[in-house]
Amino acid sequence: MLSRRIIPCLDVRDGRVVKGVRFRDHVDMGDIEQLAMRYRDAGADELVFYDISASPDARSVDVGWVERVARIIDIPFCVAGGIRSVDAARRVLNAGADKISVNSPALERPHLITELADAFGVQCVVLGVDSLRDADGEWRVRQYTGDPSRTRALPRRTLDWLSEAQDLGAGEIVLNCMGSDGVRQGYDLEQLKAARRLCRVPLIASGGAGKAEHFSQVFEQADVDGALAASVFHNGSIEIPELKRYLRQQRIEVRDVA
Amino acid sequence: MSRVVLIDAGGSNIGSVQYALQRIGVEAPLTRDAGQIRAAERVILPGVGAAMPAMQRLREAGLIELIRQLQQPLLGVCVGMQILFERSEEGDVDCLGLLPGRVQKLAGGEGLRIPHMGWNRVFKQQADEPLLVGIEDGAHAYFVHSYAVLDLSAAAAICEHGQRFVAVARRGNVAGAQFHPERSATFGARLLENFVR
Repeated sequence: MLSRRIIPCLDVRDGRVVKGVRFRDHVDMGDIEQLAMRYRDAGADELVFYDISASPDARSVDVGWVERVARIIDIPFCVAGGIRSVDAARRVLNAGADKISVNSPALERPHLITELADAFGVQCVVLGVDSLRDADGEWRVRQYTGDPSRTRALPRRTLDWLSEAQDLGAGEIVLNCMGSDGVRQGYDLEQLKAARRLCRVPLIASGGAGKAEHFSQVFEQADVDGALAASVFHNGSIEIPELKRYLRQQRIEVRDVA
Repeated sequence: MSRVVLIDAGGSNIGSVQYALQRIGVEAPLTRDAGQIRAAERVILPGVGAAMPAMQRLREAGLIELIRQLQQPLLGVCVGMQILFERSEEGDVDCLGLLPGRVQKLAGGEGLRIPHMGWNRVFKQQADEPLLVGIEDGAHAYFVHSYAVLDLSAAAAICEHGQRFVAVARRGNVAGAQFHPERSATFGARLLENFVR
């Protein structure tokens, strides 16, 4: 049986891992390779690196660190941030990333998803979606969330966008539920269940993890393929080996921790 | 002369396979040079993407017959394994025909997402498969694919995602892994060590 994946997300700026509240007040957390190794040794199933220096400046990811990470880690990793063309994606993949993730650029130009899938196969193409419930009760997508001063609420309904993106060639979807993000009260099960009903491709939950029970809830109730989290792993409030032991006890299939 | 070479059939995981070999102390150049491939003690055919462009690239490089005639151990990885079989439904393309069976689209279904992406358990079919020495039965490997070989006649190990499919293939000197050893942690490193040893 396919294991449920535990995925730490690391924000990268200028070749360092940083932690911050959105776009401001970033604290240096250390060297990318060291943190990548630490999570790999703890039993992370996959890593996502979000290059936050790239997107707002409209420049592409610096691939030097991608190659350094690819050399040392032996689990898959995905790179997000600032990828808006087939050429930019190729540089990242050739440097050794296993997948690339696109978000705002795909909203600007949805056909980008198809171009990436045609060039590299759907298995390389992850769509990141930032979603928030509006006053009328509908979930709609947000764009440019990396910079609060530029964030835009779009008229596009989240569920419509997920369907469209799959048809265009997205091979995996990371749904970041902004309403629960950073609050640590649990993943947005209602939204993730709705997304699951129409996702044929792997679906990854993002936003809201605060304790181990939140992971078992999201796997059992929303049937997601993976759960992504950042702060609870970075601050050590959840240790991955313990989390996996807990999930095992709940009879959730996870990969062995060495 | 290099002991181990990687055949350049395109695809984006070539660097990752090369790095994985470096981690176990093996420098394997990437090549399309017939002489260099023939002279190597071990040959690896990596691949990410689709069977059609991989076959096309080998044909353009004039390597099809050469690969078919190799006598030294040959290891295909992911799409590189798939094209060792007779034919692929993906792009409806004739492949190298070194292993019996066809590559078919995974059916998916209720609770079974396609692509099959993530860590899944690998079970041995042949207890003495040399690539799997030292690897526990049911160990997890990292898979990313939508197509697979469902005919298990060349299976040294299998995996299941709704259907059982070939995870490790073997016939004589020709072997393959459907998963990615370069991204399969200690399992993958051990498989590569077993291959180059």
